[in-house]
Amino acid sequence: MSELFSKKNKEAFVNPLGLNNPVTVQVLGICSALAVTAELKPAIVMGLSVTIIVAFANVIISLLRNTIPSRIRIVVQLVVVATLVTLVSEILKAFAYDISVQLSVYIGLIITNCILMGRLEAFAMQNGPWASFLDGLGNGLGYAKILIIVAFFRELFGAGTLFGINILNYECIEKAGYQNNGLMVLAPMALIILGCIIWWQRAHRKELQEK
Amino acid sequence: MKALRNYIDRIKPQFSEGGKFAKFRSTFGAFETFLFTPNTVNQGGVHVRDAVDLKRTMTAVIIALVPALFFGIWNTGYQHFLAIGNNAATFGEIVCYGLIKVLPIVVVSYVVGLAIEFISAQINGHEVNEGYLVSGMIIPLVMPADIPLWMVAIATAFSVIFVKEVFGGTGMNLWNPALVARAFIFFAYPTKISGDQVWYGAEQMADGFSGATPLALAAAGTYNPANDMNAFLGFIPGSIGETSVVAILIGAVILLWTGVASWKTMVSVFVGGALMGFVFNASGMSCLTWYEHLIIGGFAFGAVFMATDPVTSSRTETGKYIYGFLIGAMAIIIRVMNPGYPEGMMLAILLMNTFAPLIDHCVVSRNISKRLNRVKTTK
Repeated sequence: MSELFSKKNKEAFVNPLGLNNPVTVQVLGICSALAVTAELKPAIVMGLSVTIIVAFANVIISLLRNTIPSRIRIVVQLVVVATLVTLVSEILKAFAYDISVQLSVYIGLIITNCILMGRLEAFAMQNGPWASFLDGLGNGLGYAKILIIVAFFRELFGAGTLFGINILNYECIEKAGYQNNGLMVLAPMALIILGCIIWWQRAHRKELQEK
Repeated sequence: MKALRNYIDRIKPQFSEGGKFAKFRSTFGAFETFLFTPNTVNQGGVHVRDAVDLKRTMTAVIIALVPALFFGIWNTGYQHFLAIGNNAATFGEIVCYGLIKVLPIVVVSYVVGLAIEFISAQINGHEVNEGYLVSGMIIPLVMPADIPLWMVAIATAFSVIFVKEVFGGTGMNLWNPALVARAFIFFAYPTKISGDQVWYGAEQMADGFSGATPLALAAAGTYNPANDMNAFLGFIPGSIGETSVVAILIGAVILLWTGVASWKTMVSVFVGGALMGFVFNASGMSCLTWYEHLIIGGFAFGAVFMATDPVTSSRTETGKYIYGFLIGAMAIIIRVMNPGYPEGMMLAILLMNTFAPLIDHCVVSRNISKRLNRVKTTK
């Protein structure tokens, strides 16, 4: 048991949530972070899908790592990821059709998500399946965390709702002169919120500041 | 005056390094510079000596903006009484109403913007720059009179933080902060910055009163050419400072006379706009003649006060022609060809702000290769 949660394994899981976050520190996976964060629900589904796919792709590649010829490893990785993405996409279509329509191509585009290829190349090819699983889980959740923060602000101030539930659209608030911010719904604002998160993180973590 | 100077000298040590309020020395420095010419001089080395510094430049622009501001205040009141159908309002009443509408916007813009400037200078240990004095005056002038004040505050904060401070403060920004403030409201709260209702400060319009601006009429193809003189003088609805071409031209003369703005940029914006307006008019796509394009909407204001901003415009002399011409042309193209945006000046200037460094780069490298060729051929 202590073996399973050794210091190294714990770090593989915890680091991507904060200090080595794939979105805010490595700046990977930005395109989907901009595209699906206008509302919370698709952002969460997207985050979970990526988490599941990274975690299991990491495990599979880690199991195969000694048998994959290094010249064709990218192809093998792509095949594994594509299989998992197709599975997730089919499951979403079957059980959460509305959201899969909302996410449209972005579920399919997880295949090209830089976080995935990065983790497979950098971690799963060198480490055992359990450590790879934790690493994939950590990176997926780190990605999901940022998506959810961005989506929270965008949905709250852009549409005045959270999870589609009305928060700010009441007559008394509108009477007071409040209006939903149309810019929040557009992609540029996602970039600016993301920038603010990076700004905040760097201001608080001395080790992230370049000198 | 003497007493004030003495007082400042007395409290100065407390704000210097090691003093009781050393933390607030940026703020203190800003107020001292505001009240008196600073007596700090350069130590050693050769420096260019010139009477024109940032403070004087900014003051010149403020003075140039004053005619547009005063006319804007009057016109806000005039349009209001016109809209409610009261033709008997006296000059005093009109100005009074205009002041009630316009002054709060100016105050909000300055308070919010300067507060952020002071705080960020304080955090970074910089001096507070005079740069915001101009932006803070232009922001109210490009707003409609009815804009809610909290929107002005948010837009100002957004533009000062994300367009100026993030890039390193005065002189480092890529885009014109005042225009970004307007663009922010334009995309975030589109119903509050354009349309038929936002120019008058009137809940109830008089019967038969049309609230549309000349540009909206032009987009609908119903602009009346008899309106030209009004549009030139400024008796039309529009953003506070943009309506009167006469007031803006007075500002332009001041800017050119003091050498703050470049005549090359200014002239080429008008040339670009006129040419494009002429083409569209000749091809029948726009019902406005070329000179009507130049006098209605924010074209003149943008050309004189925004495009010439020395920080965000092209800095090479050839670049200024290209930059200005493309702004003018682009503004008319957006006006005529994009039905969603009746006014294109803001977007055209922001777009060309983005491209100004590229234009400079091309001009400089072309110059280098030209000179290289000359060296080769003479060999």
